[in-house]
Amino acid sequence: MAEVPSDATRIAADARGRVRFEEEALALADQVYSVARHLAGSREEAEDLVQETYARAFRSWRSFQPGTNLRAWLLRILTNLNIDRGRRQQRAPQTQALEANDYFLYDKLAHDDGGVTDEDRVVERLSQDDIVSALSAVPHDFRDVIVLVDIGDFSYQDTAQILNIPIGTVMSRLHRGRRILKRELAESVAEDVR
Amino acid sequence: MTETHDDPCAHCEEMMQPYLDHILSDEEMREAEMHLDECEWCRRRYRFEESLRRYVRQAVTQPMPPELKQKLAALRIPLE
Repeated sequence: MAEVPSDATRIAADARGRVRFEEEALALADQVYSVARHLAGSREEAEDLVQETYARAFRSWRSFQPGTNLRAWLLRILTNLNIDRGRRQQRAPQTQALEANDYFLYDKLAHDDGGVTDEDRVVERLSQDDIVSALSAVPHDFRDVIVLVDIGDFSYQDTAQILNIPIGTVMSRLHRGRRILKRELAESVAEDVR
Repeated sequence: MTETHDDPCAHCEEMMQPYLDHILSDEEMREAEMHLDECEWCRRRYRFEESLRRYVRQAVTQPMPPELKQKLAALRIPLE
């Protein structure tokens, strides 16, 4: 058997590595999109961002360390692109009133329903539209964390790395963000009743 | 109880988010569960929060448009 030149071996191995990377990244596209859809302001922006993210990822695939979290790596690129586009410069208002407690949405929904005992039924009083618009009403800084942790199922640690913020900030924004989301949901129920 | 809290339900509420995120210590977890075992009021609210999280996730998860998937595949760098 003829000896294969080392350069050709290297090139072939490189190509295999790249193809494998591209296939693994594409297999995650649905999950990346579902997170991007709520990090970006609109569906069109989300689609642009996902395309830019994949174009960049395919170009710089060598900087991904095999064995680490590829989904988090892709989301990190996407988040940075979103910031580069200048869409995320505004700060979330820090003075926004926080609800008195974590139970008020349940109390409101259950009360309005005349004391229904099945919690799954209580939650069904919220429509899909209520939820989508309530989430989009949460200020960016808080929404990013909710989207990554509660929808993308990222750990606090991955979320901290994706957003380049300390883990303590992830926790505090998550806590506050979930309450803001619940307040928005409570308001949407009030509007539906009117 | 080793600790006294003026309002055990208020304390249980403080533990709800970390409990559902599975980040309480074993001791805190036991403390929350002991209270939940005996307090239906809190138990309902924990169950609601759990349902809410699941429900929100389902409601906002949208499938990727098929044409976007094709565009992404077309971004792959062709082999030389």
